[in-house]
Amino acid sequence: MKLTVWTYEGPPHVGAMRVATAMKGLHYVLHAPQGDTYADLLFTMIERRNHRPPVTYTTFQARDLGSDTATLFKESCQDAVDRFDPQAIIVGASCTAELIQDDPAGLAETMGLSIPVIPLELPSYQRKENFGADETFYQIVKHLAQPQARTQRVTCNILGPTALGFRHRDDVEEITGLLSDLGIVVNVVAPLGATPADIAMLPAAHFNVLLCPETGEAAARWLEKNHQQPYTKIVPIGVGATRDFIAEIGDIIGKPVLIDESRLRMPWWSRSVDSTYLTGKRVFIFGDGTHVAAHARIARDEMGFEVVGIGCYNREMARPIRALAKEYGVTALITDDYLEVEQTIETLSPEMILGTQMERHIGKRLGIPCAVISAPVHVQDFPARYSPQVGFEGANVIFDTLIHPLVMGLEEHLLTMFRDDFEFHDAAGPSHHGGHSPLPGEDASGGDISGHKKDEAPLHSDNIIWLRDAEKELKKIPFFVRGKARRNTETYAAEKGLNQISLDTLYEAKAHYAR
Amino acid sequence: MNVPMPPTNGGCRSAPVLKERGQREVFCGLTGIIWLHRKMQDAFFLVVGSRTCAHLLQSAAGVMIFAEPRFGTAILEESDLAGLADAHEELDREVARLLERRPDIRQLFLVGSCPSEVIKIDLSRAAERLSQVHAPHVRVLNYSGSGIETTFTQGEDACLASMVPVLKDTTARELLVVGALPDVVEDQMMGLLADLGIGPVRLLPARRIDDTTAVGENTVFALTQPFLGDTHAALERCGARHLAAPFPFGDEGTTAWLRAIAVEFGVSEETFEAVTAAPRARARKAIAQASEALRGKSVFFFPDSQLEIPLARFLTRECGMTAVEVGSPYIHDALHGPDLDLLPAGPQISEGQDVDKQLARARAARPDLTVCGLGLANPLEAEGLSTKWAIELVFTPVHFYEQAGDLAGLFSRPLRRKSVLRMEAAE
Repeated sequence: MKLTVWTYEGPPHVGAMRVATAMKGLHYVLHAPQGDTYADLLFTMIERRNHRPPVTYTTFQARDLGSDTATLFKESCQDAVDRFDPQAIIVGASCTAELIQDDPAGLAETMGLSIPVIPLELPSYQRKENFGADETFYQIVKHLAQPQARTQRVTCNILGPTALGFRHRDDVEEITGLLSDLGIVVNVVAPLGATPADIAMLPAAHFNVLLCPETGEAAARWLEKNHQQPYTKIVPIGVGATRDFIAEIGDIIGKPVLIDESRLRMPWWSRSVDSTYLTGKRVFIFGDGTHVAAHARIARDEMGFEVVGIGCYNREMARPIRALAKEYGVTALITDDYLEVEQTIETLSPEMILGTQMERHIGKRLGIPCAVISAPVHVQDFPARYSPQVGFEGANVIFDTLIHPLVMGLEEHLLTMFRDDFEFHDAAGPSHHGGHSPLPGEDASGGDISGHKKDEAPLHSDNIIWLRDAEKELKKIPFFVRGKARRNTETYAAEKGLNQISLDTLYEAKAHYAR
Repeated sequence: MNVPMPPTNGGCRSAPVLKERGQREVFCGLTGIIWLHRKMQDAFFLVVGSRTCAHLLQSAAGVMIFAEPRFGTAILEESDLAGLADAHEELDREVARLLERRPDIRQLFLVGSCPSEVIKIDLSRAAERLSQVHAPHVRVLNYSGSGIETTFTQGEDACLASMVPVLKDTTARELLVVGALPDVVEDQMMGLLADLGIGPVRLLPARRIDDTTAVGENTVFALTQPFLGDTHAALERCGARHLAAPFPFGDEGTTAWLRAIAVEFGVSEETFEAVTAAPRARARKAIAQASEALRGKSVFFFPDSQLEIPLARFLTRECGMTAVEVGSPYIHDALHGPDLDLLPAGPQISEGQDVDKQLARARAARPDLTVCGLGLANPLEAEGLSTKWAIELVFTPVHFYEQAGDLAGLFSRPLRRKSVLRMEAAE
């Protein structure tokens, strides 16, 4: 037993639901107790789907236990086929049904249905959601893909996008556009939007684009082995990865490809002087293996951050993430225990976290800015607007996403110079979240009208006199930071035992308070 | 006293009930933990279950999961299934670790789930054993919130029922009010009862374990929630007597509920009128304002929480709605009877569910408002039906006079929203 509050991944049958819900014309008959239908609301609420997931649950109860549940399963299966008229069904058990050993696969096969019945074996007590999705998609492809001739034109399939996938909807659109620019037509996107009939046509493509290794790799490998379709190894998230991906496609189709980069704004945005302050920002990256690997490269090579830690929660990606960590000179954190992640973040105290919904909350607790780069995500990361992660527009989106939580450049400059000022103190946080920033105790008086008046009051304190030059210089400082500059300078003068403030004193004070 | 007038066309108590079996689109009892742990401030709820259970709690708890909640799941692993011998050792170890980390915990609930029930881990024995190990600081109890045994709010019922046998004995003639209410609502209720001169009043659940809740042959109890069938039975086994009444939703429900208690404790009509007149007037006014959009509209209830029958009574009698179908996961005559008596005849009363058949009935009836779970709400909205998601009715303060307007508002808001959104697709 293992005590858990937060889980990064659901059980494997939720992964199977992600595949079933992504597809059309496919139905999932799930042997599960009453209550397991809770998973429907992940799709209807978080992803805001306008239809029920195509899943029939047997929802057995205590009184059904015994021989009755097998009959219940068969009846549910027959009902589902009659009612929804699917092209194929997948059948399986949830964690509880796994314990009562009804064998949904065997039961469904004896029913003599006229459509393909694809049995799923998903070990609920060993594996998790991503495995469930990968395995389900693999079984569907294995059962339905038909040997056939290649298309005349160069075509490819896009493998891996599912329901509840982080930005899968827009990633498919972006990569389809990118491939079309390369003169490549998409044969089938699967599982997202595909029917069982479409799955049968997968082998007609010349190669496969493996968009989401977590959910599509088993199928891609099987297609490579059985239908001689090579698949892409690079996931095009980030500018460098996208260019490498394009080159990889060039290798696969045997001719160099060129692409118009006029919409790609990220490299210039990152090179422009306003981004200089991003240099060396210490970031910690956590999420699913694919997004973590992509973001490590973006963080270091495209944003100029310093990567201080990387890790993933899906142990299927442990090996590549460990190798990558070595390359970055950091230790990989492979865990699905959020307390361990929190501890690591506390120890490393990065300036920014790139993570999941969970890291967002850890960041909030520790006061560290965070951008969400990977599932699990909440409803706000299924946005209405177009926001892919892959390709050139994806790079633009990622640049904006990564800088928004950070303090803006000028703001940071002011924070450093006048770090205890009532408006520009460290605790004020980034401008986007300024609405609830706390006021520093002592300087709070500067926030009201009388405070401003005080700033403009005659420039001498009890025993410190401002010389004319210094006074003139002070007035050149923008009014909203002038009060702080004055106080800092006076404090500095008092500490040095000076009773007059000259121009030099003002600049010495400024140098003293700058970090 | 203000006795509610029974409907002229007869109530629904003897109406034929459509009993269905089939796929049920409902939560399991584990969900009760989400609001119970807020109420019982020194309790921790440890589910013994699978990753699915943890995932459910996470999905249902939403963002609450990050506020150091006092619940968690001991996830069964492959090795726990192989042999039962060490399941108890494993549990003991996890509980010890947990209590060490959270010394503020005074009551620990071991909550059974489908997997733990199916492999028959004896959690009641574990609770006894752990109670001895961690006595006197921590009391360990056990109940089942599994989907195979409980539906949604029944989890609270199972939890409270598990507490009844360990309540102190008393011979005092006292009122015990049963059902977890938001603190603000509970305070209002205690204020009304005190003004009526009724006291001391005991609460189940109490906010903390040190608060004394006792039960005995002279105890009379009132239920604030309609889903407490097992707790009702457990209290009756202790010799306590139930005060049957409609549930305290709306002006009428609250008045009838208070009246049942007032009659039992011999409160004079003058006192009752003096105490209730002002809040009743406020409630009526608030309901009248909030229910404008509801008058003459039809409502369809999918089964969810067992709150459906008293809410249908409130919506039909006090907000002018017509009920098409009132579905409830379970109907318990001793609990739901008084509300069924007041619910005007007409709607189909259904118990249990075959969700696809019920959806077909809802589509055919095209009600103005459909009360359902989150798994159905958006799909039905997409079909053009207005929905009110039912779970909110369990989390939001809705009982008694001061919340009556808010309660009507929860149902009228979706209809108002539908009328204010003007985004027909461009041609």
